[in-house]
Amino acid sequence: MNKDWPLWEVFVRAKGGMSHRHVGSVHAPDAEIALRHARDTYTRRMEGVSLWVVPSASITASDPADDAANFDPAQDKIYRHPTFYDIPDDVKHI
Amino acid sequence: MYTTEMQKTATIVSTEDPDKLAAFEARVAADEFIEPKDWMPEAYRRTLTRQISQHAHSEIVGMLPEGNWITRAPSLRRKAILLAKVQDEAGHGLYLYSAAETLGTSRTEMIEALHSGKAKYSTIFNYPTLTWADIGAIGWLVDGAAIMNQVPLQRTSYGPYARAMVRVCKEESFHQRQGYEIMMHLSAGTANQVRMAQDALNRWWWPSLMMFGPPDADSPNTAQSMRWRIKRDTNDDLRQRFVDITVPQAEALGLKVPDADLAWNEAKGGYDFGAVDWEEFYAVVKGEGPVARERMKARRDAWEEGAWVREAAAAYAEKHARKAEAA
Repeated sequence: MNKDWPLWEVFVRAKGGMSHRHVGSVHAPDAEIALRHARDTYTRRMEGVSLWVVPSASITASDPADDAANFDPAQDKIYRHPTFYDIPDDVKHI
Repeated sequence: MYTTEMQKTATIVSTEDPDKLAAFEARVAADEFIEPKDWMPEAYRRTLTRQISQHAHSEIVGMLPEGNWITRAPSLRRKAILLAKVQDEAGHGLYLYSAAETLGTSRTEMIEALHSGKAKYSTIFNYPTLTWADIGAIGWLVDGAAIMNQVPLQRTSYGPYARAMVRVCKEESFHQRQGYEIMMHLSAGTANQVRMAQDALNRWWWPSLMMFGPPDADSPNTAQSMRWRIKRDTNDDLRQRFVDITVPQAEALGLKVPDADLAWNEAKGGYDFGAVDWEEFYAVVKGEGPVARERMKARRDAWEEGAWVREAAAAYAEKHARKAEAA
């Protein structure tokens, strides 16, 4: 066989209350085996309580060439942050 | 475990867009991380692919000398520990193959390159593990040298490689400590056990120093790799650091480092040590190590004997995908 099994991205929830976080990838012929491989590869030391596997081919990523167009406009909108506003110290609970 | 940079490329002449190249160099110089979809010079991609895949191969081949001892480990505790360590090495290989794949080389291509002898792996695994003490010496010295090399690679410029190294480093410390513990028990044991521990140190000391790669003077790509943050310290600097921390550990065991020229140098605040036999190193790189052929045969056999499992799993997945489509 000279074709790799499809690639799956692995996400682990470290503990209840936290979101799943990307940790890496595995090759597997189907979702069930992808989960088994993910478990053996990424949770040998109690790293998580839940796993997601997603076919890598299903992920659509933004293009680094568009980084400026995508992310720069946020830079000049500092009024979105609470510290932008000067409120006198004696005004409380705000 | 570890990689040694071995296949050197000739001087690189770039025919790439100078503006893109300058922007890339500036990002790397500013310690930014490069991610898979970012533009990168071909030479950077090629050097990294080689370095990461060699590193991955070393992890995978590194399972062989130790796996060999799982059934013969002297207690259930030692068996469980060794099994966990060998499993970690498999995991490290997988993290690294994944990182290398993001550069555009498939897993199958990398594995075929290893099995055909085209790709290299760390020379250290071409030495035999003759006694149980070797398992102690490997954990202590070989994994110790690996840690020395890998800790700075957590800040390497290529994001997926750096992230893989963070995971590897977290797990590697246990490998070194379990090895040192084996050496502690043997060197506090019977005269025969002490002799066994000393013999293992004698055989693994020099190959461990070789793990840092050729001397800086013979490592022409070091400057380029340091500029690209693929490498963060020179071979000789890491080797010196390893000797400085390991000699006192040997003394604590009551064992003697097999180097007549070893002496503390107050002026430089480190040890002076004897010359490494680089002839031996290059012979082992070329596959002339005592067990090189055995290692590659074990790898190829495992791959070929597992082929039917991979094919069956793929066929099963395909059948179910067809059924799902028909339904």
